[in-house]
Amino acid sequence: MNLLAILLIVVVLLVVIVTMYNSLIRRRNEVDNAWSQIDVQLKRRLDLIPNLVETVKGYASHEKATLDAVIQARSSAMSASVSPMAQATADNAVTGALRQLFALSEAYPDLKANQGFASLQEELSNTESRIAYARQFYGDAVLLYNTAIQKFPGSLIAGAFKFLKREFFEAEAAARTTPEVKF
Amino acid sequence: MNDLIASNKRRTFFLLTGFVFITVLVGMAVGVLIGNGPTGTIIALVFSAVFAFGSYWKSDSVALRVSRAVPADPVEFRRLHNLVEGLCIASGLPKPRVFVIRDDAPNAFATGRNPKHAAIAVTTGLLEKMNRVELEGVVAHELSHIKNYDILVSTLAVTLVGTIALITDITIRMMWWNGGRVSRGNDRRDSTNPLAFIGIALLILAPILARIMQASISRRRETLADVSACKMTRYPPGLISALEKLQADSTVTHSASMATAHMWIEQPMSGVNDAGRLGVWHKLFNTHPPLAERIALLREI
Repeated sequence: MNLLAILLIVVVLLVVIVTMYNSLIRRRNEVDNAWSQIDVQLKRRLDLIPNLVETVKGYASHEKATLDAVIQARSSAMSASVSPMAQATADNAVTGALRQLFALSEAYPDLKANQGFASLQEELSNTESRIAYARQFYGDAVLLYNTAIQKFPGSLIAGAFKFLKREFFEAEAAARTTPEVKF
Repeated sequence: MNDLIASNKRRTFFLLTGFVFITVLVGMAVGVLIGNGPTGTIIALVFSAVFAFGSYWKSDSVALRVSRAVPADPVEFRRLHNLVEGLCIASGLPKPRVFVIRDDAPNAFATGRNPKHAAIAVTTGLLEKMNRVELEGVVAHELSHIKNYDILVSTLAVTLVGTIALITDITIRMMWWNGGRVSRGNDRRDSTNPLAFIGIALLILAPILARIMQASISRRRETLADVSACKMTRYPPGLISALEKLQADSTVTHSASMATAHMWIEQPMSGVNDAGRLGVWHKLFNTHPPLAERIALLREI
């Protein structure tokens, strides 16, 4: 009788632990998935850049400094390490360089009238808002995950199975200040 | 959040069983009135079971068809597609199918049985009258319905409530024509049958019950979807000004019918005012909380 009671308690405990462990795994996978969503959008943006640079070159080839800055930012973003912070810095550089490029286009009516340029610009601004949405989703997922591993009794399981806290995607100082626009 | 989804799945179950139950009652009533015993009941049971099952798979296309929704062209409605995709990324939902309805009244609804099989439909009037942030608010409201599984319940209600209303309509009309094959002699004897009165009462009650069912499942969820929409866009003023525009707009949504009334973001019927003065009777049948109430609630966020 006693043995049975003990057995029952052990089984119930096991079930509780397994359920909690699984829910933590689910949350962690959600964070990873959210992160890869940002990556997808960022890649998309980087893929659009060579086309954009080519188009702009056709109209404003002597704006070499700005174009080079965009290319430079792109290649450093492509080779940036996988940590959220490093990537954020690289992306902000791309965003800043692109802004300069678009600001520059204001001075070239022919370029602005170009159909390809207009659709690229549209596409890029769309991708940028998607990046923002993807970051928002990542932030939500991280919040849920971090809360789950810090709350009791989830913290016990998280500690035992090495569930580590994830970083939030903080907007860099560069993104907070509006990039200066030079002509 | 998960409680919400679970409760919606429970409701779906109750809705389906409630539907089978009411249909069987109606079948019994018809059986009594026509005088052919249990045949009507059995037919009703089989019919309702098949129909309830079919509704789960097909009622989203019924709802879309009834509202004359056509798939949104990716080029012509690029802005809408982009907006939906963006918000889907923000909420972690797969992109639903996007439909437009050629109607001048600004309105929108979402349908489907789960986030993977969902669709969202907006009227061309909405696209014309709303700016980007407002449209974003409306789309986020609809996506919240998808995320919370509200769409499953409300879409099923479309076909189920519609069917009950239809069956009772048909049988009440049949009664005028001496209900099938009952001979005159039998008829005289049946007129003292108290069951017949219960039958008629049931026939009248069934559509009312169905309507109450429809109203009760949708009102609180509208407010909930408003709140989660604001969480999604992180910008409550967008949805607030969208709702204000809906309030100011008096165009009647022609594409909406009684059966689909509860699905739309704004109650499409013209008979009920949105000023907030609603009688008890209206409140019982109203599928949406008054817009003024919804706006006031969002202002508090």
